[in-house]
Amino acid sequence: MSEKQKMIKVFIMGEAYEVPEGSTIVMAMEYAGYQLKKGVGCREGFCGACATVYREKGDYKLQGGLACQTVVTDGMTLAQIPFVPAEKPVYDIKKLKPDIDTIKALFPMVFRCVACNTCTKACPQEIKVMDYVQALKRGDVARAANLSFDCIRCGLCALRCPAEIVQYNAATLAQRLYGRYLVKKSPELEERIVEIGEGKYDQELAELEKMPREELSKRYYAREIKLK
Amino acid sequence: MYPDYMMKSVEMVEKTRPQRLELARKLGKQVFPPMNEKEREDVLNRFHPDYKKESRRKIRVGVNKGEQLTTEVADLLESYSRVDPAIFDLNKADYDTDVLVIGAGSAGMAAAITAGINGSNVLLATKLRLGDSNSMMAQGGIQAADQKNDSPVLHYLDVMGGGHFDNKPDLVRALVNDGPIAIKWLEDLGVMFDKNEDGSMMVKPGGGTCRSRMHSTRDYTGAGICRVLRDEVYNMPDRIKYLEFTSIIELILDDKGQAVGAIAYHLETKQYSIIKARSIIIATGGFGRLHIRGFETTNHYGATADGLVIAYRAGANLMFMDSVQYHPTGAVFPEQILGFLCTEKIRTMGAQPVNMDGDLFVYPLEPRDVEASAFIRECTERKKGITTPANRVGIWLDSPLVDQINGEGAIQKNLPAMLRQFKRFDIDIVKYPMLVFPTLHYQNGGIEIDEKGESGIPGLYVAGEAVGGIHGRNRLMGNSQLDLIVFGRRSGYWASERAKIGVKVGKLTMQHVYDYEKEVSALNIPKKKIAPIILPDYIPDHVKVKQKTTEYFGTLF
Repeated sequence: MSEKQKMIKVFIMGEAYEVPEGSTIVMAMEYAGYQLKKGVGCREGFCGACATVYREKGDYKLQGGLACQTVVTDGMTLAQIPFVPAEKPVYDIKKLKPDIDTIKALFPMVFRCVACNTCTKACPQEIKVMDYVQALKRGDVARAANLSFDCIRCGLCALRCPAEIVQYNAATLAQRLYGRYLVKKSPELEERIVEIGEGKYDQELAELEKMPREELSKRYYAREIKLK
Repeated sequence: MYPDYMMKSVEMVEKTRPQRLELARKLGKQVFPPMNEKEREDVLNRFHPDYKKESRRKIRVGVNKGEQLTTEVADLLESYSRVDPAIFDLNKADYDTDVLVIGAGSAGMAAAITAGINGSNVLLATKLRLGDSNSMMAQGGIQAADQKNDSPVLHYLDVMGGGHFDNKPDLVRALVNDGPIAIKWLEDLGVMFDKNEDGSMMVKPGGGTCRSRMHSTRDYTGAGICRVLRDEVYNMPDRIKYLEFTSIIELILDDKGQAVGAIAYHLETKQYSIIKARSIIIATGGFGRLHIRGFETTNHYGATADGLVIAYRAGANLMFMDSVQYHPTGAVFPEQILGFLCTEKIRTMGAQPVNMDGDLFVYPLEPRDVEASAFIRECTERKKGITTPANRVGIWLDSPLVDQINGEGAIQKNLPAMLRQFKRFDIDIVKYPMLVFPTLHYQNGGIEIDEKGESGIPGLYVAGEAVGGIHGRNRLMGNSQLDLIVFGRRSGYWASERAKIGVKVGKLTMQHVYDYEKEVSALNIPKKKIAPIILPDYIPDHVKVKQKTTEYFGTLF
């Protein structure tokens, strides 16, 4: 960031710092001198490590966001929440059924949802969190899995939930149930695995493995490209 | 949004778009002729950052002494341990386990799960949280030859050709052979692969593939896999114990040269502990945060090649550590997302790279090193790049074509992460192209292993990006996600088997560290040059200079 850049004031856990305008919260904290160990991860919005709550100047509302994806504004006050002490039930995915009884047994708090929509408002991924919680209440695992798909487990929904639901853990369960039980299996995949087990490709692969470089290169450049 | 002067170039792109769309409808992916062998060689030699003289230098210590390595890697390896090993009593172990797994991305977690299922007790140590890794950030896909018109043989050819035929053949065979099995393993764990209504896999091509074999979970493929593995690790508390914010800073050998333990360091409490293990798996990932050649990176905060350092010190051989993968499409605008990954899937779905005039200049799906070099050529020699207000140069990735080719809503449905990423910074990629330039993406080389995942050091296994040899000097899209699972599972199984058979452990020693440091010291390298570096340092200089008592000696903590 160039030094001529306009500076703005942000309050990191209450303390004022001057940081370059246009910085994300992570950039601002590092500019201020914080050597981050927690509250930082992939830095690209994929890992959910950097949940942050903040309040903008002149606003009473607490907002949530990812520190690596949220640009600071002048007068912003912020605090990071690097960990959420939420409960995670242990289960054996092989022994579950993709139905409402599984949800009842593992995530009974889901049924306490009062449909206040606070979770959806808190989600930095703009996921319809309340909608997938409602789907879980109906035992509609497929809908819950698909609606929650983009969840990165930052935990902001669970932190704001008045019913103490751990939405993101329930989402992970729904996704796994869906992936394992509710999608049709691919016949081609099953067939190919049988072929591999029978050693159908072993000989040709063994030949390629020993093939001199030039010959291999010839075969490579001569291979037909058939793309869908 | 783009400033007005950049919008002028966007208008040129819009002007040529209908013709280019027509071309795509007529010719499919081959809207521009793919390069032949000679053309590839030429563009690589003249424009790939690896081929610049100063990109490589001779390493002066250790097993690979005298070989040319990437300069920043040689700098990292010519370093001292962060502690004097003499301060530890190696006989007093804090942890004793069958299998120690270092690193908790997809490779490490696949290894831990496999070893656990095979009956071993596993200790999984990671310097950040479970799942914090490049694996989690992968977007585009995972390759596997499971389609009717495809075969592991064709996959083998693609991998070898992409790697310029330098790859270790036995590792490539293992990779392509296990591919479909890996996909099934993941689906049984509950990974939500993109599928057609009849259950068949929705597959796309990738750069350098001759068939469509890219499986995906929207454009969160890495996360779609990694979060399931993490959940499974949580579900195996009787088999897998995990330590977070715990960095492994040195390996322990015995007097027979076997890997039998490690020294751990907790980032918060700053305590060191001794771990004894029958087998050890390094799954620490790559080196993107070394910012090689000053490039921005797509990599995770923790990608500092720690495993490479400790394995090298212990005597493991490195392969292809003279090569770096620059992903062709890193974001150039806006500044907040500089270097971020714009997944190759955007191109596999029909987006075309075009220059400032809106002209196509390269086949959109060349292998990554070739594609990246062509982008650099367009911006430098041909001066057809677009300059941002911050003085960075890039070319356009014409994303609106994706919806035009695949139908309205295709981006929303298949590229939600990308759409969201740019929308956060006020750019709608359904309507406007993305400005891109190559970004530091992947460590092609790494530690040499055999097909069981074992390195030259008995008891030391490696999986994931830390491995060298699978991809030669250039990896194709989707083969990293595959190798994480294939070699994660292989190393997990064989490490567990080794522990089961029983290992006769000799006298524990850190002599390898003393010996290595003697070599380093003979080069008059200053004592403060320490590795592993654990995390990168982004504190600005004017602050750094005031941090008088931080323990900054090349490592942060």
